[in-house]
Amino acid sequence: MTQLILLHEDDNVLVVVAPIRAGDALPVAGGTVPAREGITIGHKVARIALQPGDRVIKYGAPIGSMIAPAQAGDWVHLHNMRSDYIAAHLRSAPEERE
Amino acid sequence: MIEGFLRRDGRKGIRNVVAVAYLVECAHHVARRIVDRADDPDVHLIGFPGCFPNAYAARVMEAIATHPNVGGVVLVSLGCESFNRERLAEIVRASGRPVELLVIQEIGGTAATIAAGIAAVERVRQQARETPRAAMALDELVIGTICGGSDGTSGITANPAVGRAFDRLVAAGATCIFEETGELVGCETIMAERAITPELGHEIEACVHKAERYYTTMGFGSFAPGNAEGGLTTQEEKSMGAYSKSGSSPISGIIKPGDVPPTGGLYLLDVVPDGEPRFGFPNISDNAEIVEMIACGAHLTLFTTGRGSVVGSAISPVIKICANPETARRLAADMDVDAGRILEGEASLAEVGDEIFDCVTAVAGGARSVSEALGHREFILTYKAFDPIGPACLPLAGRASA
Repeated sequence: MTQLILLHEDDNVLVVVAPIRAGDALPVAGGTVPAREGITIGHKVARIALQPGDRVIKYGAPIGSMIAPAQAGDWVHLHNMRSDYIAAHLRSAPEERE
Repeated sequence: MIEGFLRRDGRKGIRNVVAVAYLVECAHHVARRIVDRADDPDVHLIGFPGCFPNAYAARVMEAIATHPNVGGVVLVSLGCESFNRERLAEIVRASGRPVELLVIQEIGGTAATIAAGIAAVERVRQQARETPRAAMALDELVIGTICGGSDGTSGITANPAVGRAFDRLVAAGATCIFEETGELVGCETIMAERAITPELGHEIEACVHKAERYYTTMGFGSFAPGNAEGGLTTQEEKSMGAYSKSGSSPISGIIKPGDVPPTGGLYLLDVVPDGEPRFGFPNISDNAEIVEMIACGAHLTLFTTGRGSVVGSAISPVIKICANPETARRLAADMDVDAGRILEGEASLAEVGDEIFDCVTAVAGGARSVSEALGHREFILTYKAFDPIGPACLPLAGRASA
């Protein structure tokens, strides 16, 4: 079953469409890599190696920038990327902002 | 064919609702009890909780009390609040609808007003039943779309499927409205290119920049914790997914809450207040957006969800399109359309788009949407401030009145 889809040819991330378990072989640019961790539907995986400062491209459009490196096949989310506009917030955010 | 309810102003509704409206929170309990006692799926509770005056709230209440889906209105006032109840009653009366005004302090308190309200609803309902029916074409239909509880699947299944349905509806002459400029941050450049005039394109960019400034002042984007849990990382990523609900039709204009689009076509609803931020977040929850859609004439709203919203709305039915296949299984009894099948390779975007289109015509024809059948009648209206739209926002307005 397909676990990752490419939305646009310019994208450097893939979208998870079926749950990924650690060790699953993930198709990325240039071959497959084993998944480091479980990743759920709707999340993103690096299609290529990404460096801090790289624009993250999804739907063929920039959706933010990397703040930490990721290898091809790694989960891309709040721990390694951020908005170029308005910061995202989690449930704990209001307290942390004090 | 859709058999609509023909109103005196020539507009047609797909429902014939009696709206019971509280004009301040202090009248909410009495109004709610009147609606509960009426026990009729077509008697709905609406209202505005504030005691201080607000031109926006008054305008939205006027627009909804004279919405084509509304056949008559019962107003419930405490008596000392600032809402101009006489003006609202007069506007409803002038629209040719039955209206009754109950003032709790004059009638003699809670129990007496509830009793008077039950009788008033019965009289208004009787008159509303006499509304003539008339054939209603797709080009007389106004359809809004919003997304709520979005996740990483929303932007690849339900939202683009709604976009396909919107393309078909716009091609058939219907009026389609998309919104939440705060959820379009990052899309302004590509969106402006779809405007029917360059001046409108500039206005589109300006209203998204306004949204970005406003949300930055609030300290939060339009991005809930569940969005991140569902795989969305940034505001602009959520925006790109939300934007796909608009489909690919040209953008015919920008409207603000209470403005009814002058022609068929695709319109952007600017929901972010003008001026310095004063009253807090633009829309504190999804239902505030739905209420604004209805104030712009929406007969029904297409609501996409990935995490699984269950809400409906008073006045205009909500059709729920589920983006995420896992949510679609867990909350199956709350969804009208399962767009999660696209992810599992069981349906194409075009097929689900057609299914949404068919659902629109069925619900417009009188079939109850799932949230409607479950009794969801949410309504919320809060404080805002708007300037009127600029002259470049509605390039087709002159053509409509000509």
